[in-house]
Amino acid sequence: MFNAITHSQIYVLDQDEALDFYVGKLGLEVAADIDMGFMRWLAVSVPGHPERQILLEKPGAPAMSEETAQQVRDLVTKGAMGGWLILTTEDCRGTYEKLLAKGVEFTEEPTERPYGIDCGLRDPFGNRIRFTQPKA
Amino acid sequence: MMALGVVALWCDGAVSRAVEETNRRMLRARDAMDRAYAQPLDVPALARIAHVSEAHFTRTFRATFGETPHRYLQRRRVERAMFLLRETDRSVTDICFEVGFGSLGTFSRTFRDIVGRSPREYRKETTASGVPTCFVMA
Repeated sequence: MFNAITHSQIYVLDQDEALDFYVGKLGLEVAADIDMGFMRWLAVSVPGHPERQILLEKPGAPAMSEETAQQVRDLVTKGAMGGWLILTTEDCRGTYEKLLAKGVEFTEEPTERPYGIDCGLRDPFGNRIRFTQPKA
Repeated sequence: MMALGVVALWCDGAVSRAVEETNRRMLRARDAMDRAYAQPLDVPALARIAHVSEAHFTRTFRATFGETPHRYLQRRRVERAMFLLRETDRSVTDICFEVGFGSLGTFSRTFRDIVGRSPREYRKETTASGVPTCFVMA
């Protein structure tokens, strides 16, 4: 029935800050940045892979009242909103060192797992991100 | 009236931004606890990470996450102990000290309080799953 997962979303509190982080630090690329009037459709992807995009959505109107948006922001910043990503890399430790030098906030250092080496970090808003170097 | 409404809205926004900023700092402190769960609870260090006074840290943490830092740390240690009970064949005493408890009595009592079973019962009734930390240490 279906062919692919093309878009997922996570909530960000500020889209410019999100760009700085996801593109400027993590090295993803902008897949779409469109002013739709009622919202800014901002999506990123791994460079060269626009077939899988992450929408960086700012909670608010028209989908939500300011009160609801506030609840969402509250949960995001507590790390409890549930938005998260897992990326793959060819070099977990090297990427970790590079991102650490850029001031990325890690929650877990590269660790050996049955499936490879992975580590954990947070985006500026509280979302969880992990990246894995799969076992060869 | 109109002007008052605008001021109220602005105040609301400022208050919620302050709450979000505090949440994020408390989360940073909680992440630090997750990384050093076997160490004694270091409130001064955590307060520095969270940019609050020591006196405010415990209260603010509780207001944010609904439990005290001490309780959070206990739950984290018990969660790590459950992991080691499942995935290794190390002794209960070994695991107790490994995850940061100072005595077997405190460990057993806390474990039973949180899990509802003793460490030995838990080990007997569970199977290894090989899961990593991505959800349990979220």
